[in-house]
Amino acid sequence: MEKLLEVKNLEVSFQTYGGEVQAVRGVSFHVNKGETLAIVGESGSGKSVTSQTIMRLIPTPPGKIKNGQIIFDGEDLVKKTDKEMEQIRGKDIGMIFQDPMTSLNPTMKVGKQIMEVLTKHQKMDKSAAKERAIELLRLVGIPMPEKRVNQYPHEFSGGMRQRAMIAVALASNPKLLIADEPTTALDVTIQAQILELMKDLQKKMGTSIIFITHDLGVVANMADRVAVMYAGKIVEMGTVDEIFYDPRHPYTWGLLASMPSLDSDDKKELAAIPGSPPDLTNPPKGDAFAPRNPYAMKIDFELEPPMFKISDTHYAATWLLHPDAPKVEPPEAVKKRLRKLSSNYPQPIIVKESE
Amino acid sequence: MAEKQKLIEIKNLKQYFNVGNGQVIKAVDGVTFDIYKGETLGLVGESGCGKSTTGRTIIGLYQATAGEVLFNGVSVHAKKSAKELKELKRKMQMIFQDPYASLNPRMTVADIIAEGIDIHGLAKTKEERMKRVYELLETVGLNREHANRYPHEFSGGQRQRIGIARALAVEPEFVIADEPISALDVSIQAQVVNLMKRLQREKGLTYLFIAHDLSMVKYISDRIGVMYFGKMVELAEAEELYRNPIHPYTKSLLSAIPHPDPEIERTRRRTIYDPSQHNYKEGEQLEFREVALGHFVLCSEEEYKKYKAMYS
Repeated sequence: MEKLLEVKNLEVSFQTYGGEVQAVRGVSFHVNKGETLAIVGESGSGKSVTSQTIMRLIPTPPGKIKNGQIIFDGEDLVKKTDKEMEQIRGKDIGMIFQDPMTSLNPTMKVGKQIMEVLTKHQKMDKSAAKERAIELLRLVGIPMPEKRVNQYPHEFSGGMRQRAMIAVALASNPKLLIADEPTTALDVTIQAQILELMKDLQKKMGTSIIFITHDLGVVANMADRVAVMYAGKIVEMGTVDEIFYDPRHPYTWGLLASMPSLDSDDKKELAAIPGSPPDLTNPPKGDAFAPRNPYAMKIDFELEPPMFKISDTHYAATWLLHPDAPKVEPPEAVKKRLRKLSSNYPQPIIVKESE
Repeated sequence: MAEKQKLIEIKNLKQYFNVGNGQVIKAVDGVTFDIYKGETLGLVGESGCGKSTTGRTIIGLYQATAGEVLFNGVSVHAKKSAKELKELKRKMQMIFQDPYASLNPRMTVADIIAEGIDIHGLAKTKEERMKRVYELLETVGLNREHANRYPHEFSGGQRQRIGIARALAVEPEFVIADEPISALDVSIQAQVVNLMKRLQREKGLTYLFIAHDLSMVKYISDRIGVMYFGKMVELAEAEELYRNPIHPYTKSLLSAIPHPDPEIERTRRRTIYDPSQHNYKEGEQLEFREVALGHFVLCSEEEYKKYKAMYS
């Protein structure tokens, strides 16, 4: 499969009064053409900063890309100037934000905001752009697009605004679409419509999607592959089946176990992850998850775990995969999910830093 | 169910808002249900369906347009003396959605929690007051050092715990939780839900749990009511509602939930609700009818027969 985007050892920090916040601490992943990669994690895990860095949207200062490469279509985005980025942003990479009310311009007609992309990046003239804008609004399922194109964002409902945002993001047929919690603020029925719409458009246009969310139901629905982030690092990454049916990292276990299941009538206490995420101005020594990890071993507090490779596509950073580690049982709720996956290696392999 | 004691009775409650230009929004349009002592009633529906308004009207934040809310047999909205009103407000408390907006940023945590204690004169001395505050902080999983801090020093989950401690300070019988976990991270949501369940067990609280996260609602609730455009369309025990949804809107709502299981997701089909599918005739009476024991559905006489036949 062809890689569209490859992020290598990305490190992003923010200078604050309290010191340097290391929001992203060495993240590497790639996105293939036409696939959906979901990034999961809680607030402060660095998932949004990662995506905004790809778009080069983090304000510098206080933000700073300290290290790493972002190879998009063969070119390193880290080295691009702001002027060059303007050509890529909105054209090759589109973005959908969580809050459609604040990310659309309230003083501009919705149609105009779509046309802006077309006239700027595709050098369309005004009337052609307007026609295409109407077409796009129809494509994202907005009724009466001829009328809607002349309306302002406040005349749209939340779901409709999110659709309009998608229309703006898709206007220039981007190769990569970054969706940062695009359905979190919406009702389940509207969410379902938006997700179906995104999948539909992906099929038609072959767009790659980075989907950022904390809703594991949405992940199961949308993703081909999943990256789980914690405290600025990817702790586990694999295909959607590997993450849901053969999770290896205790944090992934925690996430999966802390959700009540719709199918069981089990009223036992939820397996909450105790405590709260660490302060990244002063990242803890060793594994950042160790203080909240019931499976933590001595070494977790001393030395950061390396990446282990469980199959060609499945990685996890936990000492539990080391041959010398004791065998542990995942939580009950996770055990129910486990399946034997045939693609697994006989033994997890430690990945060298250079890979 | 008959032997269960009704704590709250809501009878044909209506809450209309006049939005000017002679337009009236019927946020809650005639809902009737009971809440039993010690249970958790979940209230679900899309934004704008009137679930939050229902909660706020029950607790008396709004004066109801019509209908009645009885708390232990006493009407919440009827005129009463200041003393009676104060006592009623002590027994009903609320936990809000936004842990950032619902705590006064200029008050210390101790003062926030003790405000109700002061108003209701529940502590005689300063020492007793602080003792209560410390106890409450420990009950909700914080510690006494937190008492002198300000809300901005806490994370979302911790703030929600402070909100819960504040609600508990006056020893209520009934707590309305309006989307108490929507603003929190997944790993923290489970902590707060576990806390709420533990407190219910220990203190015999009754909850009205308003949310749009249907899997969490199913987990915490004994019974669930589904609202649609100001009306309650279905009410049943939690498991029953998920296993045998009857109203087409409930079915569409349940079918829209993404499951955290890729295999189910690959085959899940969503049903779409169209209000016109009922084909109600003119003048047909829609009523909230009991299709099976404890399972109520808003339907016409004809539908009632159909549902009933389907059920048996």
